[in-house]
Amino acid sequence: MSGYEARFRVWRGDQEGGGLRDFTVQVNEGEVVLDIVHRIQATQAPDLAVRWNCKAGKCGSCSAEINGRPRLMCMTRMSVFDRAETVTITPLRAFPVIRDLVTDVSFNYEKAREIPSFVPPAGLGPGEYRMFQEDVDRSQEFRKCIECFLCQSICHVVRDHEENKQAFAGPRFLMRVAELDMHPLDAAAESGLDRKRTAQEEHGLGYCNITKCCTEVCPESIRITDNALIPLKERAVDRKYDPLVWLGSKIRRRPS
Amino acid sequence: MPVVDRQEWDVVVVGAGGAGLRAAIEARERGARTAVICKSLFGKAHTVMAEGGIAAAMANANEHDTWQTHFRDTMRGGKFLNQWRMAELHAREAPQRVWELETWGALFDRTKDGRISQRNFGGHEYPRLAHVGDRTGLELIRTLQQRIVALQQQDFADTGDHEWGLKVFQECTVTRVLKDGGPDGGRVSGVFAYDRETGRFFVLQAPAVVLATGGIGKSFKVTSNSWEYTGDGHALALLAGAPLLNMEFVQFHPTGMVWPPSVKGILVTESVRGDGGVLRNAAGERFMFDYVPDVFKDKYAESEREADGWYDDPDHHRRPPELLPRDEVARAINAEVKAGRGSPHGGVFLDVSTRMPAEVIRRRLPSMYHQFKELADVDITAEPMEVGPTCHYVMGGIAVDSDTAAARGVPGLYAAGEVAGGMHGSNRLGGNSLSDLLVFGRRAGRHAAEYARALAQERPRVNGAQVELASAEALRPFSAAAEGEAGPPENPYTLHQELQQTMNDLVGIIRREGEMEQALHKLAELRLRAGRIGVEGHRQFNPGWHLALDLRNMLLVSECVARAALERTESRGGHTREDYPGMDRSWRNVNLLCALAEHPQGRIRLTRETTAPLRPDLLALFEKEELAKYLTDEELEGGLSA
Repeated sequence: MSGYEARFRVWRGDQEGGGLRDFTVQVNEGEVVLDIVHRIQATQAPDLAVRWNCKAGKCGSCSAEINGRPRLMCMTRMSVFDRAETVTITPLRAFPVIRDLVTDVSFNYEKAREIPSFVPPAGLGPGEYRMFQEDVDRSQEFRKCIECFLCQSICHVVRDHEENKQAFAGPRFLMRVAELDMHPLDAAAESGLDRKRTAQEEHGLGYCNITKCCTEVCPESIRITDNALIPLKERAVDRKYDPLVWLGSKIRRRPS
Repeated sequence: MPVVDRQEWDVVVVGAGGAGLRAAIEARERGARTAVICKSLFGKAHTVMAEGGIAAAMANANEHDTWQTHFRDTMRGGKFLNQWRMAELHAREAPQRVWELETWGALFDRTKDGRISQRNFGGHEYPRLAHVGDRTGLELIRTLQQRIVALQQQDFADTGDHEWGLKVFQECTVTRVLKDGGPDGGRVSGVFAYDRETGRFFVLQAPAVVLATGGIGKSFKVTSNSWEYTGDGHALALLAGAPLLNMEFVQFHPTGMVWPPSVKGILVTESVRGDGGVLRNAAGERFMFDYVPDVFKDKYAESEREADGWYDDPDHHRRPPELLPRDEVARAINAEVKAGRGSPHGGVFLDVSTRMPAEVIRRRLPSMYHQFKELADVDITAEPMEVGPTCHYVMGGIAVDSDTAAARGVPGLYAAGEVAGGMHGSNRLGGNSLSDLLVFGRRAGRHAAEYARALAQERPRVNGAQVELASAEALRPFSAAAEGEAGPPENPYTLHQELQQTMNDLVGIIRREGEMEQALHKLAELRLRAGRIGVEGHRQFNPGWHLALDLRNMLLVSECVARAALERTESRGGHTREDYPGMDRSWRNVNLLCALAEHPQGRIRLTRETTAPLRPDLLALFEKEELAKYLTDEELEGGLSA
């Protein structure tokens, strides 16, 4: 495959407003969307704002919406598009724009602070922790999260409902509650903290109606809905009736 | 000059990777109000890319492991140039630092009896790396990030303000360390920084500053490093009057991706080899058997059969040569390619597909499976990877006191992690980076906090003239076009590309005198042109401007690397001279120090210093025959009779 000229439309602007700008850019074999954005920067628009870091799908910085779908620009290969297709890149929709493709993601950092941290078990010192692989597997899956916030941006609870942001932690941080709840040595319960109850009452678990959009966009292929959110709902159910748990138990494929 | 916002803190940590976050946690736990400044978002630092693991002699996988063995491996890996006291502290304290992470919620992979699992890695005598699949760095950064959040939650409970005692200034860049005296004197008084989002300048006043900015890889074209790795801390220290140590030692990781071009340089973890992967040339030969150097001859297998037996029965077999230290493997790959035995895209083959069942590969190396599948259309469970050397790590760095992590010559300045020099000597072993971050991050945070407390009553004052100079320096790229200097404005992206090409071609993995001289000429030219860099647009999130400012640092650090590499007329670890191919024992105890000094040819001057002799009890950990390969006869006499 040789190089070709691709057509791009990139959103440029700031809080005041903006619009899509057209670029025609060289594309070479094996390149990803982030390579093209960098080429636009280096040759046509040196002040085009974009966040990125590792360019290897490990840090979760270069999140944007490509043809309307939240994706990591560094992991989206140009070969998935037709050569004649115009590729449109816009900033993540659920967060306020700062400039061009860069959005204000502070919502996520605020939510992170609202989740009570790991509670170390009393009486076990450093080096004395014993856990079995099969018991840490579940939480480890959630700890693969690279905090790209694609799931936070696609989740319809906040995507089109700014007003829900106050009450709803979003899939990433509900998954964090599930991770801690499933941690074999977390001593939250002993300290009087009921993580299941707080998921429901303080972090908005009830808003989730398991449409699985979060799972679909996750670049780490974490089964957020099936393995984190639904089990959390089930664990919360004896505290509070939630009709979606019933629904979830009907449509879920994988047994917990 | 606009008024620059000022805040007062006890300790400022520059960098939010493993070392910076560990330093900040320690400083805050010791009562210092601590600010962390990082160029990216909180939790995105380059540490997330570390894959293999954290080296610590916990003896979970092999009961014979001890800190002394870890120390020995580290010194051998660094070819005995290591600042030995750092290597000792590192080996002794690493297990405690790993265990502590568990108490903050980290979830490592487990052994059958429920302890932390440990894996094999190049240069480590026993399986020693605590890991989480091949995403250990992510686990480390997330655990430290979450520990910081936990401390902020405590502060919120006590004061109503999450950021009362520990605040992260994300997406901000420090351009100057400020001092209370002139450029050559005085103590640290704070930092000058800009907010990347708004472009606004601000000053954090603090008596103690910890530099934890990582490495310099973005000065090279083929690198595993992210954009942040522009040598900022190295340059900040130089500009503040602190010397850099042994900057010629740059590690080229043997296995980076080579295809497609846009991902060239991205890391392929050493775990692939630790878990059984082998290197082959185009003829299908396991060539590493031909590259075992004399100093390691008795420790590595001579046949494929012996090597393959080691994975299951390490007590009765010697290690496969694929697990030699990184410098050896990188040179071997380079030599094979040069001899015409490379793979189609100029690398060699790294194969796990014939060594393990597909299911095991996907479980043990999930990120690698994913990375090759997504970026190269290669299924590593069915076909070999193509790999080649990539600039990965700088062993050189800020000269520090081993125990306190204090930078030499500048009171109040500390350094930890990759930006600090000495610990790894001439070559770092895999896995020793994450443990280094934790051990010395903690030490830097502790000593910075203590130093700041001692100065509570008489804090060094921020010098207003320095703030104005820093501000003018940072704004200069916006006025290049108007100034009409000796040439047209320069594009920062173009200069960066030329710099990367220069360092890659002329000061890369194999070095020659003439080429390094050529590199120094080119660097001088680039420095002149960098004075004319012009940027478009305004100060709000302007990547062209950010790069223009980072280029100052890359140019300074590149000159250090090139000058030191030209000076050291031997080959050792991450410094290979084609014109001086042998390791020279008389260079073993020589440190090269870089200091800022304007002169007609450049901005860096080198001085030599003799290193302190190894403490006798540490020397006694090695056999005399082995020491004789590294130490001169006089050192040997003196050391063993002491």
